Amino acid sequence: MAQSHDLLFRTLADPTRRAIFERLCRDGAQTVAALTAQSGVSQPAVSKHLRALKQAQLVRDRHEGRQTHYTAQLSALAPLLDWTSQMAGFWQSRFDDLEDLLRRMDQ
Amino acid sequence: MNETSSETRSVVVEREMPFPPEKIWRALTQPHLIEEWLMKNDFKPIVDHRFNLSADWGAVDCQVLTVKPNKSLSYTWAAHGLESVVTWTLTPTGKGTHLRMEQTGFRPDQTQAYQGAKFGWPKFFASLEQVLARID
Repeated sequence: MAQSHDLLFRTLADPTRRAIFERLCRDGAQTVAALTAQSGVSQPAVSKHLRALKQAQLVRDRHEGRQTHYTAQLSALAPLLDWTSQMAGFWQSRFDDLEDLLRRMDQ
Repeated sequence: MNETSSETRSVVVEREMPFPPEKIWRALTQPHLIEEWLMKNDFKPIVDHRFNLSADWGAVDCQVLTVKPNKSLSYTWAAHGLESVVTWTLTPTGKGTHLRMEQTGFRPDQTQAYQGAKFGWPKFFASLEQVLARID
């Protein structure tokens, strides 16, 4: 699996971080304060998650006065939405099940 | 993505199986066995036969294209906007069988995934978690 995939998977593996990303996808641009209010974690924690999301190019920040607005970058998900990578994972696990079945079957 | 609607892409999964082709053929063509590793189905190894594969997440519409007992099998595979052909090839080896699956096709509108209409965020994250479970 490509390195860019690894970074995306690792970044989205954390449930709190994923919730922040999903919220940005759903509700559009948000400030750190607005995200903190609904996340259930501290503002420094939210900022840390946003830095990780930014590093994976999943969000973009825009400074406006003292506020920073974060926006989800859906294009970063493109490699994951490619049907070939989805189906490759699907068939690998089907092959596993097929092999299990063959082991159990009579000749 | 620079996909065009006519672009064809494919997925290939291959594995050496320590079983004879005849045994693998049964698992690929008998409905009660197919159900155990793939999905519920009404498959018949007859050219032009239309069948469905169904799971809790949805269904796949298929039609048998070629049947060469113990050697190769192909059928169309249409689901979630993906039109494709799945081809199984069985090649005997000294120790068993080299099993190859190739899925070739294209999605007419790749961008529909962004709209979430047929795909949806929950499904996306469910499949993401499956992938995550496999990497350390």
